[in-house]
Amino acid sequence: MHEAMQQKSVLDFEAAFRRERLRQRIQFLVFGLLFALATWLAADISQFTFARLWEATPRMGDYLVRTLPELHLMSLPGDIAYWYYGFDRWLKLLFDTLLIALLATLFGAIGGLLLCFPASRNLVKNYTLYFVCRRFAEITRTVPEVVYALIFVVAFGVGPMAGLLALTIHSIGAQAKLYSEANENIDENPLEGLRASGANWFQVMRFGVLPQVLPNITTYTLWRMELNIRSAAIIGFVGAGGIGQELYHAISFNYYEDISAIVLMVVFTISLIDLTSERLRHRIIGRENLT
Amino acid sequence: MKIHHISTEEMARLRQHYPHAFGRTPLQRLWLTLAWLGFGAALLFSLNHLGVNFTRIWNGLDRMGVIAGGLLPPSSGGAFKELFMALLESIGMAFLGTLIASIIAAVLGFMGARNIIPNWIFRFSLRRSFDFLRGVDSLVWALVYVRAVGLGPLAGVLAIATSDIGTLSKLYAEAIENAEKRQTEGVRASGGNRLQVIRFGVLPQVLPIMLSNALYMFESNTRSATILGIVGAGGIGFHLSDRIRAHRWDEVGFIIIMIVVAVFLIDLISRYLRSRLIHAGAGKGRQAPSSMIEPH
Repeated sequence: MHEAMQQKSVLDFEAAFRRERLRQRIQFLVFGLLFALATWLAADISQFTFARLWEATPRMGDYLVRTLPELHLMSLPGDIAYWYYGFDRWLKLLFDTLLIALLATLFGAIGGLLLCFPASRNLVKNYTLYFVCRRFAEITRTVPEVVYALIFVVAFGVGPMAGLLALTIHSIGAQAKLYSEANENIDENPLEGLRASGANWFQVMRFGVLPQVLPNITTYTLWRMELNIRSAAIIGFVGAGGIGQELYHAISFNYYEDISAIVLMVVFTISLIDLTSERLRHRIIGRENLT
Repeated sequence: MKIHHISTEEMARLRQHYPHAFGRTPLQRLWLTLAWLGFGAALLFSLNHLGVNFTRIWNGLDRMGVIAGGLLPPSSGGAFKELFMALLESIGMAFLGTLIASIIAAVLGFMGARNIIPNWIFRFSLRRSFDFLRGVDSLVWALVYVRAVGLGPLAGVLAIATSDIGTLSKLYAEAIENAEKRQTEGVRASGGNRLQVIRFGVLPQVLPIMLSNALYMFESNTRSATILGIVGAGGIGFHLSDRIRAHRWDEVGFIIIMIVVAVFLIDLISRYLRSRLIHAGAGKGRQAPSSMIEPH
């Protein structure tokens, strides 16, 4: 009797195991097939073949070699000076790029902060207000910065102002969305306390919500600054200011050595800022975890 | 209960002894004012330096109003099929670029992880190369590839793959370094060789993180792939910049709506797949991915 029961449970287990295994295999097969189909479609649509890739490889190598500057050990300072003949101009443009990114981050953070409270489900009673604010933030952040830049160049003329506005609009949407997501994860008890002691809506936001989300907001803002510097470096491609314009010309007119010179400057600056910002972000997160 | 009243003299003494308990001291207030003034001056200088001024904004707003009015109602201009195919091309470029990048990055990620290859000179130079690939935006890569391999979506695929190899390799290397040691030790203890340690000790731990990060990149690449066409690297961006230059605003509005919807759908699919991945991982007692990339 006892043995039979034991045997039955073993059999049950084995049946369940087989069922689970079959389920997993079918799932794997279905996802695998879908994935293969998607890959085939993507390759077909983008006309990607290995033959074309193979054909292109030597040309890519050739291009890369051409961008390398001619540097000789004997005349190194002179060679570098020749390579970086436009250093002063590029440095000024890089400074513009940084200013665009920093200002856009600042305005984006201010705009995002103003918009994030009505865009948080837990902080407003009026569903329509929440819905409109949240969708507005999501839509403005979905449109790429370069698209705004293209439009603003037409409206405000060529120059860094169009770029600044483009990055600002995109940042406001992106920041409002991230901030409001942080708002929705807060502890509600302090808000109750404030409400009970007669605080109005603005005071609840200022003294109840903001202190809780400030570390998150700071981290997101630093992260946005890193992204904005990358974007600010390329919006010049469409005439919206910064070093991008110069890089665009260098690539379009095949000034090979200029390309490597400018790209190195940009990458160096971006890495430096990323490193600093990453340190700061980790420090903020670290402090957050301690308390 | 007796209430102790503080006299004015006592108050003055307290104020002298503990100035910080009574709000900001005059010196602090002075510094704060100076800091704000400095900030304001820097702000004004920056705005002026970038050529931002009230007249330009005012004049631009006029034209902006015309453009905004033109965006509505959106119209496909009779080329819906063409635009739709171009949008699919953008998504295809993003998909293929991410796929190529994640395959290459899986190999490079293992090579760049400290616990797999301990040689620090090799690792350092590899990590800096990742930073370089990552530091150059995909639009720059696209322009370069257009010059190198010609116009068309192939340049776009390669551009996305190149900049993603940098990002994904870095993330994968970090995920591999954070992998639990006990499982690799277990495989080694039961006689597994180096390759088996990676296959059975490390890979099961990091695969969900890798896939999840790849999906994140696919989302973000869909957004970038919609603009690569501006420099001729395929996709809907070409049509968008073309319509903007021709001031055909109703078609611009239509294309922007198409992009927003497509990005939204891709986000939805990717979020669903990612939640499944994390769910599957959590079911087996795995931790949530620690080296997930930050949101966009």
